[in-house]
Amino acid sequence: MAARAIWKGQLKVGATKIPVKLYSAIEDKTVRFHILDDKHKARVKQHMIDPDSGEEVASEEIQKGYEVEPGKFVILTEEDLEKLAPPPSRDIEIVEFVPQAEISQQWYDRPYYLGPDDGDKDYFALVEALNNKKSEGIAQWVMRGKYYAGGLRPVDDYLFLFTLRDAKEVILADQLTKPAGAAPTAKELNMAKQLVEMLQGEFNPKDYKDEYRNRVMEFIEKKAKGHAPRLRAVKTKRKSADLGNVLEKSIAALKKKEEKRAA
Amino acid sequence: MSLFPAARANRASLRMLGPDGQPLARKYYAEKTGKDLDADEVIRGYEVNKNKYVTITDEELERLEPEKTRDINLTQFVPADSIPPLYFERGYFLTPAAGSQKAYKLLAETMDKNELAGIATFVMRGKEYLVAIFSEKGILRAETMRFPDEIRSPADVGLPKKKDVPPASVRKFEKLIGTRSKKQFSPTKLADKQTDDLLKLVKKKEKQRGNVVRIETEADTDHKVVDLVAILKKSLGAKK
Repeated sequence: MAARAIWKGQLKVGATKIPVKLYSAIEDKTVRFHILDDKHKARVKQHMIDPDSGEEVASEEIQKGYEVEPGKFVILTEEDLEKLAPPPSRDIEIVEFVPQAEISQQWYDRPYYLGPDDGDKDYFALVEALNNKKSEGIAQWVMRGKYYAGGLRPVDDYLFLFTLRDAKEVILADQLTKPAGAAPTAKELNMAKQLVEMLQGEFNPKDYKDEYRNRVMEFIEKKAKGHAPRLRAVKTKRKSADLGNVLEKSIAALKKKEEKRAA
Repeated sequence: MSLFPAARANRASLRMLGPDGQPLARKYYAEKTGKDLDADEVIRGYEVNKNKYVTITDEELERLEPEKTRDINLTQFVPADSIPPLYFERGYFLTPAAGSQKAYKLLAETMDKNELAGIATFVMRGKEYLVAIFSEKGILRAETMRFPDEIRSPADVGLPKKKDVPPASVRKFEKLIGTRSKKQFSPTKLADKQTDDLLKLVKKKEKQRGNVVRIETEADTDHKVVDLVAILKKSLGAKK
């Protein structure tokens, strides 16, 4: 079944406008629960209360405040918040292009598909041009009362729009210091390379399943049928070597050899 | 190794306050009786059919959790650029634990030189994660990954098949890309304007009377701002 578009807009590239639809590229499969009233086994509702008196506070009496220091709030009215909201727009503006490998995946937040909406000639021409130039577009747009920045990237025949995190959110390796300790020797590097090569392969996503999610769903299904399965602590099935340990042991062995030779 | 988030929230969150400025709390209540419910009066339910729930206790969920372990199990090394970016969810820096700096540096340098990423699993907060480990500037970073069944294909979404396009249109876009290309990506442009504007307004209003409420607070322990960069630097640089 085809997915439903979550937003409609137009991609502005120079003077050309390409009508597009936005679709989520992911389907969150986290097992979600509802909160039930244990006594009546019915869905519950939420309201705001004053924690001191326990009394409900009606929604029209609630104010919003920004805590500038502990216990000190600046009140923001609905009018204030409306003024802060960006003016609505349907344009996804491409402000510039960068080489495809330029944006580290640390910036990527959520992936979306951009599909052609009306007449797809320009859409597929843009995909081809981005593929030929190995280029990625930097996009800006307003959606549902919020500003967004995004990376417009072709994957095969289609366009992806990744929302990007903002500059204050991401910590880059550049901002940090290199780990302390002596640099590895050429011999150690050579050895590590051999170990790594033994574990080298192709990335094959089909090999990986969310075992925890599967266990939870299996349990729920059994319980729904009236069985109350007994649970024991489970062990992770996947077998593997802890590479840190393997490396450490190999390095220790290497050292011993060297010491022997020196003696 | 230790894990630290590689991103921090920059959204200015607002608190809900009562008419006298007192911070409010969210509370569950039963719709039928209107009675407020405490944490021990509610239970999780999975909706198997419309209005039919299977309840599940905290204890049952705990039992379903993977075995607690601090190990990061590397299962494979793959070319660093071979993982589609769709998979990545959230980044964490890894810092060496006491006594393992040497193995850490060796692994980081080997991966960097051979342009490899490590595929690993590890357990965090009761959940098993699939991660890709990258090495950059001598520092290892794990990106948690989505599982493949959570990723939609163009066919899942129902996107139309590719159509042949006139070469002239392709050239038109190529030309445009050429004139608007930058060699580098400058993330400073990615300022969150909305948050910045909100903080500016807060500053302005703070100086005016009548916009500020104060309440008595207990010790300010949970208000401490955490400087993640400083902590990371300490953890990477410490001679243990």
